[in-house]
Amino acid sequence: MSETPMPLWEVFIRARTGLAHRHVGSVHAADAEMALQAARDTYTRRGEGLSIWVVPAAAITASDPADKDMLFEPTASKPYRHPTFYTVPEEVGHM
Amino acid sequence: MTTIAVAETPLTLGLLRLADTALVHSHRLSEWCGHAPMLEEDLALANIALDLLGQARALYTHAAAVEGAGRTEDDLAYRRDAPQFRNVLMAELPRGDFAFTILRGFLLAAHALPFWQATAGSRDATLAAIAAKAEKEAAYHVRHCGEWVIRLGDGTGESRRRMLEALDTLWPFTGELFEVDDADRAVIADGILPDPAVVRAPWDATIDRVFAEAGLDRPAEGWMQSGGRWGRHTEHLGHLLAVMQHLPRAYPDATW
Repeated sequence: MSETPMPLWEVFIRARTGLAHRHVGSVHAADAEMALQAARDTYTRRGEGLSIWVVPAAAITASDPADKDMLFEPTASKPYRHPTFYTVPEEVGHM
Repeated sequence: MTTIAVAETPLTLGLLRLADTALVHSHRLSEWCGHAPMLEEDLALANIALDLLGQARALYTHAAAVEGAGRTEDDLAYRRDAPQFRNVLMAELPRGDFAFTILRGFLLAAHALPFWQATAGSRDATLAAIAAKAEKEAAYHVRHCGEWVIRLGDGTGESRRRMLEALDTLWPFTGELFEVDDADRAVIADGILPDPAVVRAPWDATIDRVFAEAGLDRPAEGWMQSGGRWGRHTEHLGHLLAVMQHLPRAYPDATW
């Protein structure tokens, strides 16, 4: 039996109102509607979700790991960008 | 281990018909576990099976309470023989191929959704609560199976051939979903279970909508199979129960 592999979809789920959609994994599905259902059945079995996005994996443009020195290395020497030079009062909680 | 016989009043019989259909269909779906065409679908079918199992458990528990003989959901599921099962025949037919499984799931869910919606207004508060939960589950089953019916019916030559075969086999089993006997009439009159006539119009609408998109012709309403709701089953149910009931019958005191 010859089988054409189904397209891959990346799945993003928002767990709670106010949170961002977070990448949770991927599913195979023939089209967007079925991808949404596969994502629901695969990744929200334990009440993880309020909202699901599926995106064709082919639509994602990824950075080249070989470029990591150029892209990310320069920030290593800029510790002043981290907000670690202030004391944040306890009551503020998560900013 | 001895077999039990439930005292069947119109209400316990009505509950057993619903519970047995859910349990037996759930078992058939569970036979796909580890065998579905793809991982995602394996999970989807298992999810539906678990929804139905949950419905069956709640309905058996309620039936046992109504009977008042001190039995449990497990007694009702595991200690009755095939002639005492009251499920519709469609639920017990062998697993078949994926098209058959999907179409059966769709036909049963297309009935279950309006049925549970109507039952949510039952005068039996426990049943109304079960229905309110089952309604949401059935809505997803209609959607999931319906989308697959569309894709298989309107898919490749092979998928369409299989869907047409499944439709030929399954359609004569749809009549049982709308049968009414004296026991049904009693619980309908009491406002406990809905009249199947209420379910007919939404069922027709769902079937027609999905079949139109799938390019499937709705078969003519001809001769229909019957008997499951009175305990006259196909030869397949006994084999299913042998597998399902073996462990609790062989080891009645086994616990997890």
